[in-house]
Parts: sequence; structure tokens; C-alpha cells
Amino acid sequence: MKYDILLSGVGGQGVLSMAGLIGMAAVGEGLYAKQSEVHGMAQRGGAVQAHMRLADRPIESDLIARAAADLILSMEPLESLRYLEMLAAQGTVVTAAEPVVNIPDYPELAEVHRRIRALPRAILVEAERLAREAGDPLTMNTVIVGAASHLLPLKPESLERAIAQLFARKGDEVLQRNLAAFRAGHAAATGAPAAAAPR
Amino acid sequence: MPQRILLGDESVALGAVHAGISSAYAYPGTPATEIMEFLLDHKKKHGRPHAAWTANEKTAMEEALGACFAGRRALVSMKHVGLNVAADPFVNAALVSTHGGLVVAVADDPGMHSSQNEQDSRWYADFARVLCLEPATQQEAYDMTRDAFDLSERFRVPVLLRLVTRLAHSRTAVELREPRAENPIAKAPDRDSWILLPANARRAWRALLERQEEMRAWSESCAYNRLALNPERRELGIITTGLARNYYRENLPDLGWEPSHLHVGAYPIPAALVRRLAAHVKRILVLEDGYPYVERELRGLLPAPLEIAGRMNGGVPASGELSPDVVRAALGLPARVPVAYESFPIPGRPPQLCKGCPHGHAYQALREALADNDQSMVTSDIGCYTLGALPPYSMIESCVCMGASVSMAKGAAEAGFHPAVAVIGDSTFLHSGMTPLLDAVAADTDMTLLILDNEVVAMTGGQETLAPSSRLFDVVLGLGVPPEHCHLVEAAPRKVKELAELIRREIDHRGISVIVTVRECLETVRRKARHAAAGAGAPGAGGAGPAGAGPAKDARQEVTA
Repeated sequence: MKYDILLSGVGGQGVLSMAGLIGMAAVGEGLYAKQSEVHGMAQRGGAVQAHMRLADRPIESDLIARAAADLILSMEPLESLRYLEMLAAQGTVVTAAEPVVNIPDYPELAEVHRRIRALPRAILVEAERLAREAGDPLTMNTVIVGAASHLLPLKPESLERAIAQLFARKGDEVLQRNLAAFRAGHAAATGAPAAAAPR
Repeated sequence: MPQRILLGDESVALGAVHAGISSAYAYPGTPATEIMEFLLDHKKKHGRPHAAWTANEKTAMEEALGACFAGRRALVSMKHVGLNVAADPFVNAALVSTHGGLVVAVADDPGMHSSQNEQDSRWYADFARVLCLEPATQQEAYDMTRDAFDLSERFRVPVLLRLVTRLAHSRTAVELREPRAENPIAKAPDRDSWILLPANARRAWRALLERQEEMRAWSESCAYNRLALNPERRELGIITTGLARNYYRENLPDLGWEPSHLHVGAYPIPAALVRRLAAHVKRILVLEDGYPYVERELRGLLPAPLEIAGRMNGGVPASGELSPDVVRAALGLPARVPVAYESFPIPGRPPQLCKGCPHGHAYQALREALADNDQSMVTSDIGCYTLGALPPYSMIESCVCMGASVSMAKGAAEAGFHPAVAVIGDSTFLHSGMTPLLDAVAADTDMTLLILDNEVVAMTGGQETLAPSSRLFDVVLGLGVPPEHCHLVEAAPRKVKELAELIRREIDHRGISVIVTVRECLETVRRKARHAAAGAGAPGAGGAGPAGAGPAKDARQEVTA
């Protein structure tokens, strides 16, 4: 088994926290994991990506090869389209629907959403709204991981355990909100038609 | 064996701790910053070893050398261009007799993710005639760091540990070994070996040259350099160094066979192994991240009896970092086909100054101040404020190396250009801006220097500067800037007009003038608020409002001396 995830978003959105959550769950299941991150200048409001590789045997490259990613997991819709050449023919895009408009030439949002829906396998989630409903807009990354949880080669329990590990020290309230966010993301991606637009 | 999930940088830091270092010094710089961040955190929890940020890479190297002079082990870490700053002590450290191990961890940035060039530090090790180790994995980063200290003491030279961005900033599980104790304090047995007077230096240089063969012999037999010959097929041999091995192995299943392969993880280049590979194959492909270091040695100047492919003949692109795909193409494998999609132009999203950043207000004022001039020149420097080169500011016109804003403005002014304005951050000023300001003061150069003081090393993640705002202004005055042309102003929206007026006035003054604009970095304000909230155990209850709040609390702001 090998599963390559390209994580994307805008600097400051917490792309690395998504990677941290998945990585922790993977290590909890005894899998090999390599996580390549971007630090420094690119983090200042620019396009950010991280590579997360999971496998049941040792992993060679820290970077995912072109057209080899099984999943693009994105905090922002335009950013989910930026790295499509990295996505394998059978790969899936899971992305937040809400845009971060910090550039003057941001395309029309409906057009961005249309392009995402036109992909063979894509899940568009209103992550910001679901995070707010879960009680904390900062849980948006947990919503996105939840929305991809049925695709990841990980048991949902492992992911929930990782959430507990990550957030327990921040108090029970934060932990419960993140668990709610995770479940809301999962529900939106796998069933509830009001929140998701799977194809 | 215990395991820990570590970044490549953190693997180096923990390897050094487990090798028994007593001291570590560094100046922040992507992608090496996390080495010292880890050590500072470790020191906070365990009390040892001593770890500290320094004014610049040269002082870091010299302070580490001092620890070795006392017989202790020391680590110094920096980004690749930092080694240019530290080159003087680094090269000379090869001539003194380091009986306490000295390891210089340098993170190169091929592809220039966060840098001005993609220089390859292996050349520096070669230049100083010392050993170099190049890890390919986080595990090797840990193991090699430990070995590097032993090697440094065995060969009595500093050992350069060469990292690249993709290893420095990638995280995986690392197996740890039993820590070693620190060295006892012990001054060098031979006093002359540390006094590089010409007579001693000549002797030391001859001794270093004599040790080259021993180093080569070590490199040819060490486990980090591995040759595997394929007795069946001779058409192709591969040489990989560092991370290139991972990308090569990633592609091997698609290649369908295993060519003869030499991996180089330790230098000097293991010449005997290279010769054995060359005698076995008809063609060699060299895969190395950074410059064609091994490839150039291989090619020499005379025609070779076999074909060599690499960065120098287009077999691998001449610039940019390696990746699985670059190596795939070099191996002649067809590109994989991605998911079917209709391509469409995606607008770029470059990094930018944070909304409400104090630098933005300083740039706004500078723009207003320069508006009446037919011509102007704004030199600048390395840091967040370099983003002032991009819209909507488009204010700065140079970014070359740490401190160059000050010296270049001086040079331009003395060449006859007016007005010449330099813009530098507080940490960069302390790193390399003070000395050129001393030049400008001595000559009373007709230039204006803006020091944007956000009270932190912002771009690399908010490290503390060595002179807080409360002292920075005194440092500037202490360099001899006339007090009537030395000002301190808050970088805030309501101060823009006043600041613009002040800049205009000082541009009209035909001599040196300095304006320090001060307000704390917003990211730091936010981080402090988060920590305060977490510390209080009440999430979301942190009273300190983040963005926009938090004017500088320096009592002396708005005071003009």
C-alpha cells in the first residue's frame, strides 16, 4: 500500500496542521510516513503546499512524483486546482469551497467551483460553514480531513484518536469542537446532500 | 531503540545533542532555522547544552570554535549563504587543531525556495580541505551528525554537514541511540596549533595537506559511500549523492532493472569507487542536488573514455532542485499522465506582507516622501520587508545580501546619486548593517537609512533579536550618527504623514541620517496572544486582541532625539 496526499492552501490557513493530524493517525497505525513541508517566505499569505506520503513499507522520496498523488486535500478552492498535474489519473480532490481572495486577479468563484466539479472525482465542502457550526471557525482543517477520511487508508478511529492526542491539552471544549468538525466533514462528503456536492 | 518523528533539521539537532555537544550557535535562515529552534526548546526542558542565536553566522562560527578551543564539542548551523558570512573562521578552523569536535551544519536551498542563490556548500568543504557528509534521509541526518563529531576529532578539522531544503523540512520517524556524554574541559595540548602566525600556519597547512590522503582513504571505505556493480549489464552506471538516491530508487521499479550504482554520502569524493564504476560501465549518469560537484570532478579537462551525463551536458537541468520527475526524465522514463482535466490559467499567489503589517505603513510613508523627486533610489535587504518589492508597494530596488542596503546606498550616493535611501530590518541591521553604517558615518555620506524595527526576526518565524527596540536606537546613536539626524517614529497608520514629512526633511539634509520606525510584528503579537490564552487554560479568552491592536509599547517611541 502507498498513498500520496498533496495538501494545499494559502499561507496561514493551517495546511501543516492537516498534515500533522493525518501523520499522527498514520504513525498510530504503524504505517511509514514522510511529510515534506514548506517553511519561510512562502508562508506569508502565498500559495502553500505540503506532501504527505503514507505506505506500509519504507518510503524513498520525500516528494510526491507528478501524476502520482492519490489525493489533493485543499483548504481553498483555487489552490485545489493549482497542482492538478500532480494528481494521478484515479486521484480525488477534496477541497473547501470558500475562497481566500487576497490577489487582484482571483477568478470568478462559480467558475472555480465549476472546474472542480468537472473533475472525475472531486468533493467540494463548505468547510468554513461546517467549522462555524461545530463551534469554532479554526476547526476548518479538521472538517477537511473529515471530508477525506473515507478515502484515506486509515481507520476513522485512528484519526479521532489523533484528534484527541492533538487537542486534549487545549481543553475538552476545543477537543469536542474538533471531533464535531471531523464528523461534520465526513458526513458532508459521504452523504448529506445539503452540505456536499460529490460527483 | 526509541523512535521519534523529526524534521531533517531536528534530526541534526538531536544527533548533536546525543553526540555530546556542549554548545550550539546559529543565526536564523531558511531552511536551517529549525535546528536551533529544536535546541533552544531542548535546552528549556533539559538545561543543556548551551544554545543561542547570535548576531550573524560569523560570530556563531567563532563562538563554536571557542567551545572547541576549550575541548568541548560544538554545533554551528546556518543557511548556505550564511557560510559566505562565516567563511573566514570556517576556512581557518581547518588549520587549527580542533580537539573538541566542530560540526558545521549548512542547509542549501537548491531551487531557491527562500534564498538569493543556490550555491552548493560541498565546494566550501573542498575549499577548506575538510570532510563533508551529505545525508539522504532523516535517519542519516541523525547518524551522520553523531559520526561527524567523531570524525572532526579524529581528523582535527571541522566537518561540514550538507543539508538541502527537502531534507531539512521533511519529517519522518528516526531511530535514536544512546546519548554520549559531553567532553571534559581541556585546552589544546599544543599552544602553537591555535596561533595562526605565518610560521605556524605554514606548518598547519602542510599537515592538513598530508591528512588529505587519510581522509580520502576513510571516504573510500566508509559505509556512506556504497558501490553495487551489476555484473550482467554494462551500458549504464548511476552516481547519486544525498537526496538524489531517494528519487532514483523511487523510479527504479519503472526502470525495470538495476544499473550499477555508486552512492556518495561522504566527501572527499571516493575516487577509487568512482574508478571501479567507470571501468565497469560505458555511460555514467550523475544525479546530485545543487551544483555539478561530482560531475565536474569526473569530467576534468581531458576527454573521458566514457560518456558522462549530468547537469553539465543537459542530461539533468543545469539549475533548480532535483525531484522524482527530474530524475525520471534523466533516466529516460516517460512522464506519467495525470488526471484528465481542462487546463486553465491559475493566477499566481505570491507571498505578501500581512494585512496591517508595520512595514506597509513605513513603505506608504516612503512612497509619499519620494513622490516629488524626479528620480530616487531605494536599496533594500533580506527579510519580510523585501516583499516591498512586490505590488502594491513596489518600493524597493535592490536585495542582494545581508546588510548590502546600507553599503550600496553609500556607494550610490558617493557615485553622485541623490536621493539614496536604504531600507533594512532591525535584525539584518544588527547582522551586517552596523559596519557599513559606521562607514557612512565616518564619511558623512549623503544618504538616508530607514531601519524598520518590528522587534523580531520575522521572516524566519519570529526569533528574538539580540538588541530589543529599547536598545537599538542607542546602538545607532553609538555608531556616531548625529543625534539631530537620528529619529524614532512609530510605524502606524496615523503616523504615516509625519513619517513621510520626516523622510523628506532628512533626504534634503546632505549628510547621513537614520530613521528608525518601530512597531511589533503582527505575527508576534498574535503568537503572544495565543500563548497567553493557552497559558490561561481558557481557549478563546485571550484578552489581547490580535490584528490591528498592539501598538509598540516602547515608551520612547515618537521621541526624536
